[in-house]
Amino acid sequence: MNVRLISLTLLAFVLNIAIANDEVIPGNAENGRLLWTLETTVKGDVRSCSTCHTADPRQPGKHTRTGKPIKPLSPSINPASLTDLKKINKWFHRNCKWTLGRVCTAQEKADVLAFLRSN
Amino acid sequence: MKTTIFSLAALSLMGILVFGAGIAISDSDRRYYQEDDDDDRWERMMRRSTGVAVKSSPTYKEECGSCHMAYPPGLLPSSSWRRIMGGLADHFGDNAELDEQMTQQISNFLISNAADKSRYRRSRQMTAAIHPSTGLAPMRISENPYFKHEHDEISVRVIKQSGATSLSHCNACHQRAEQGSFNEHEIWIKGLGRWDD
Repeated sequence: MNVRLISLTLLAFVLNIAIANDEVIPGNAENGRLLWTLETTVKGDVRSCSTCHTADPRQPGKHTRTGKPIKPLSPSINPASLTDLKKINKWFHRNCKWTLGRVCTAQEKADVLAFLRSN
Repeated sequence: MKTTIFSLAALSLMGILVFGAGIAISDSDRRYYQEDDDDDRWERMMRRSTGVAVKSSPTYKEECGSCHMAYPPGLLPSSSWRRIMGGLADHFGDNAELDEQMTQQISNFLISNAADKSRYRRSRQMTAAIHPSTGLAPMRISENPYFKHEHDEISVRVIKQSGATSLSHCNACHQRAEQGSFNEHEIWIKGLGRWDD
């Protein structure tokens, strides 16, 4: 009885994490890759995700303005990456606005996450 | 003869000065060593004249320090911090938006520890830039007249050499900048080594 309860709780916990972490919309890694390197001109600047993160998510990046190092986003290199939903949302919000001049659609975010996780 | 008298007078005057200074020093020394926390006091005094107050907040470091050095709050007066925190959607060209609660929390930290609330020398100098009628000071630390004066010998070439993108990258040269320390002896510039003013 107790074991059942515990395992059920555990399952709910794991599922919760899965739901929180994994996009409800299935992402397309190839579309994500295309978006990652897509160059957009915003305020006279040519920008893309790879401006700061490089084209390869396994590589460390560098903030284009401040030069501050950025850890690789690929979870295979940096296991802590993409594990905190709050952070994921915060950075998508900020960086989509800077890079594309607008917020990203849910599909775009799912695609980029799929691309980053496949690396 | 006259010269001798003058020299003697000058010598005795100097003697009095040196002796007097000696008394003053030993006096202050005595007061010093009576304290239990001599080292702390010395450190505090040094910091007061060469740095800004050490204030840290894990939230501030996490939210702001992930893109740039987490500037010690004592480098800007509260009116500048208020303007910066009120315009995070266009943060010197970057988007640095935070949710409302986080913005409030970080604003409180910055404003309560701002330069105008500090007695540290460099903070007071930064505060001196507040315009008397508007009450405003530059938003960029690097546009503050005192800051500019202190960095007027640093050429673009030296900045490039140090690996910094601009003068806003304090810790490229001030090795303990993030801890609020701007002691000249702690300056080390890549490609140049120690900086002697």
